[in-house]
Amino acid sequence: MTVAAPMKRREFLKAGAALSGGLIISLYVPHFVPAGAATESAKPVALNAFVHIAPDEIVTIISNHSEMGQGIYTSLPMLINEELEADWSNVRVAPAPVAAVYNHTVYGIMMTGGSTTTASEYDRFRKMGAMARLMLIAAAAQSWSVDPQNCHAEKGFVVHASSNRRVSYGSLAEAASKITPPTDIPLKDPKDFTLIGKPTHRLDSPSKTNGTAQFGLDVYIPGMLTALVQRTPVFGGKVVSFDATKAKAVPGVVNVVQVPSGIAVVAKGFWPAKLGREKLEIQWDEGPGANISTVAMREQFAALSHTPGNVARKVGDPAAALAGAAKTITAEYEVPYLAHCMMEPLNTVVDIHEDRAEVWSGTQFQTGDRAAAAQVAGLKPEQVTLHTTLLGGGFGRRANPACDFVTEAAYVAKAANAPVKVVWTREDDIRGGWYRPMWYDHFAAGLDPSGNPVAWTHTVVGQSIMDGTAFAQFAIKDGVDSTSVEGAADMIYGIPNLQVDLHSPKNEVPVQWWRSVGHSHTGFSVEAFLDEVAHAGGKDPYELRRALLANQPRMLAVLDLVAQKANWGSPYPAGHARGIATHFSFDSYVAQVAEVSVDSDGTVHVHRVVAAVDCGRVVNPDTVKAQIEGGIIFGLTAALKTEITLDKGRVQQRNFHDYPMVRMFESPAIEVYIVPSSEKPTGVGEPGVPPVAPAVANAIFAATGKRVRRLPIKPEDLRSA
Amino acid sequence: MISFTVNGKPVTVEDPPSTPLLWVIRDSLHLTGTKYGCGMALCGACTVHIDGDAVRSCVAPVSRAQGKKVTTIEGISPDLTHPLQQAWIEIDVPQCGYCQSGQIMSAAILLRENPAPTDADIDEAMSGNICRCGTYPRIRRAIHRAAEIQSQQGGK
Repeated sequence: MTVAAPMKRREFLKAGAALSGGLIISLYVPHFVPAGAATESAKPVALNAFVHIAPDEIVTIISNHSEMGQGIYTSLPMLINEELEADWSNVRVAPAPVAAVYNHTVYGIMMTGGSTTTASEYDRFRKMGAMARLMLIAAAAQSWSVDPQNCHAEKGFVVHASSNRRVSYGSLAEAASKITPPTDIPLKDPKDFTLIGKPTHRLDSPSKTNGTAQFGLDVYIPGMLTALVQRTPVFGGKVVSFDATKAKAVPGVVNVVQVPSGIAVVAKGFWPAKLGREKLEIQWDEGPGANISTVAMREQFAALSHTPGNVARKVGDPAAALAGAAKTITAEYEVPYLAHCMMEPLNTVVDIHEDRAEVWSGTQFQTGDRAAAAQVAGLKPEQVTLHTTLLGGGFGRRANPACDFVTEAAYVAKAANAPVKVVWTREDDIRGGWYRPMWYDHFAAGLDPSGNPVAWTHTVVGQSIMDGTAFAQFAIKDGVDSTSVEGAADMIYGIPNLQVDLHSPKNEVPVQWWRSVGHSHTGFSVEAFLDEVAHAGGKDPYELRRALLANQPRMLAVLDLVAQKANWGSPYPAGHARGIATHFSFDSYVAQVAEVSVDSDGTVHVHRVVAAVDCGRVVNPDTVKAQIEGGIIFGLTAALKTEITLDKGRVQQRNFHDYPMVRMFESPAIEVYIVPSSEKPTGVGEPGVPPVAPAVANAIFAATGKRVRRLPIKPEDLRSA
Repeated sequence: MISFTVNGKPVTVEDPPSTPLLWVIRDSLHLTGTKYGCGMALCGACTVHIDGDAVRSCVAPVSRAQGKKVTTIEGISPDLTHPLQQAWIEIDVPQCGYCQSGQIMSAAILLRENPAPTDADIDEAMSGNICRCGTYPRIRRAIHRAAEIQSQQGGK
C-alpha cells in the first residue's frame, strides 16, 4: 500500500547514469599516458586504461576516483593487483585525466561520492587487472612459442614452469600492449584471493608523513598569482559597485577583478591577497537573503512539521493504528546547518591559454568541473586538462553540483589574464554555504499493550539538496527528494503501520550533500526516537531493536555483535551509561554503542564507542576500520560541537573557535568490528557517521534521564539541578 | 630582508617582516608540507619548529625567525626514519593526510620532552591539532609506538 516509495539508491544511481548517456564500462586503451606516471628512464606502457607498466617494473594504476582520505588509492590498486599479480612493492597510483573511459560505472560521469568507489569498481578493476595479466602471459607465450595455458603469472613475472623460464612484466609490457585484449576474462574464485581481504598498508602513508603529498593548495606553476575572492556577505547578494583603490595600494597586490561571485584580489601570494581583500570597499545588493534568520526558520519548520507533507512512504494505516494504540508518544527533533570544513580549504589553480586550459583541483566532480571551466574559458571540455590532486578532505563539498569553486577560479584567471590559484580562507569556507541542510522532524508512535510499536509517523522538514541540480529530475519524485528522507522512509525496522512525509521549504542558503547526506539527520532522529519508544514501552533499547529486526538478518548480526563487544547490559562505572543505535546506509549495516558520562555542569564525555559493520566483502580491512573510526569522530563533532546559524542573513560562525571540531582530548576509545561477508562490497566512507549521535544521545538519557532532541548537544541543557 | 635557516639551509627572504612565516615558507620558499588550515593558530596544521619550539606559523611573523633555525616537516628526517614517521606509516595514521605534517611536528616536541608520554600527556600536547578525518585514535597509538621505537633506538 505504498503511495510513493522513495527512489532506492540503486535506482538513483541508474538515473545518474542515464543523465549522461548510460552505463559505460570500457575495455579500451586510451590514447595517452598521464603526466606523472612517466619517469625519465622508463616510459610506461598502457595495457589498458587502468594498468600501465614501465620497463623498470613500476606498475602504475590509474585511479579514476579521488583520494580524499578514504583509502581508495590503495584499495583500487589492490583490486587490480589481485588479478594482475604484479609485485605489490612495485605498484604505484596516479590520478586519471578526465575521459569517458574513467566515468563512474554507475553515475556515468567521472566523480567520487556516495560511498560507491569500491562497490562500483569491484568488478571492473579486477577485470582490468586480469586483462593485463592475460596479455602479459600471451606476450610471453608468443615469444617462447609455447601455449599460454602452460604459463602463469607470479609476482611480476610470467613463468613457463616446464621449461623453467621466466620473464618480467617490465620487459613484456611493450609486446603485451600490442596483444588484442581478451574478451573472455575469468576472475578468481574469492577463496583464492591473496590481497583482497588482507590488511594492506596504504600506498600514500609515506608521502603523507614527510610533506611530499601534493594537495591542490600545494600546486605552484610558473607565473602563478594567488587570489582571494570577497564573496557576498548574504546568500544571493550581488555587487553593486566597488572601490579597489586601497586594495591595489597594498604591496604585492597585482590586480583586482570582478567575477560573478564577487571581487577577486589577485596578488603575489596569499598574504598580500588577504591584506588587499581587507581593504576592498564594496556596495552589495543583498536581496531577500538579508532577512534570513535561523531562529525564524526554526519556527517556520516547526509549524510545517505539524502539517501533512508529501508522502514519501506509507505502509498500513498509521492514522487508524495511532488512534487505536494503547499508548502514543510524540517528539520533535532538530539539527542545524553544518559546514563540511575540510582541513584543506577549497582552492583551484586555473591557467587559460588561447586554445587550451589547465586546471588543478582537489575535486570529487571531474566531468562537471572540467566542463564548467571550459565554458568560462570559451573552450570545449576536451581542450581543458584537469589534474586531480589529492584532496585534503572532501565530505561531499568537493563535488559541488554548481561546480562553484572551479567555475569561480576560471572566472578569476580569465579576468586576471594570468594563471591564478584561488584560495578560500577558513572564514570563506565556514561562511560560504553549501551546507548540510537544517532539519526539523516531527514523530508520533503508537504502542500496543505490550509496548511494541505498531504505528510510526515521521514528518521531515528541510531544504532539498537536489532541487535545482541536474540530478533533480531523477532524485525528486512526486515532490519528494529521496535524499531528504533516506534512512527514514526506507527504515528497515518492521513496524506494521508507517508513514513518512516531507516538506521542502526553499530559501537562499545553498545546501549540499554532506558526509552521509540525508542519513546525517535521519540516523539521529529515527534512532533517538526509537529509544524513546523503547523506554515508553518498558523495553530494553537493544532488545526492542532485535525484535524489530527479525527479518533483517544482516543488521541483526551487526547489532548482536556490537552488543556483545560493548558488554551491553553489564555494569559500568558510576556515572557512566551506554546508548545503542543502528543505521542502514549506502547499503551497509552499522551499529554502535557509546559509553558516556555527563558532568554536573552538563559537559558530555564520550569514553568509548564500539562499532560493528557489515559492508559486504571487505577489500582492505584496515581501511574499513579507519573509515568507521573517522566517521565516528566526524559524527561526534556534529553531535557535540557544531552549528551554522544565520541572523540578518549573516552566518554567525567563522573559524574553529566558534565552529569547533572534536579534538584529541575529546576523542573516545573506538573499537570497530567487521562482520565477515561474501556479499558484494558496499559503502564505508559514510555509514560510520549516522549512528554515533543517537548512540550518544541515548546514552545521555540513560545516564541523566534527559532526552536530547536537538544537535549539537548543549551542556546548558544537561546541567543537573 | 630576513635571514634564517630552513631545515639547515640558509635563506634570505624579501617578504615584509609582518608576513606570517607560513606564507613565506609556502609561497616564497615553496616548501608545501606545512599547511594552512585556519590562520588563527586554532588547528595546528601549520606547526613548525623555531629553534626547537613548536610554533603555529600562520600567526608567527617571519621576523620572528630572523637568525633562527626553522624546521618544517620536510626537515624532520631525510628518509622517513624519524620514529614518528615510522610509527605513522606502520599504523597507517593518515587519511586525507592534510593535517598530518602539523600533527607530526607537534608530536615531535612531545616526544623530545617526554620520551614516554601517557594518554593524558598526549591529550595535552596534541589537542591544538585538529584532524577532520578523525585519525586521533591512530595518532595516539602511533605516538606510543614512536616512543617505543625511540627508546629502542637509544633515545635519539
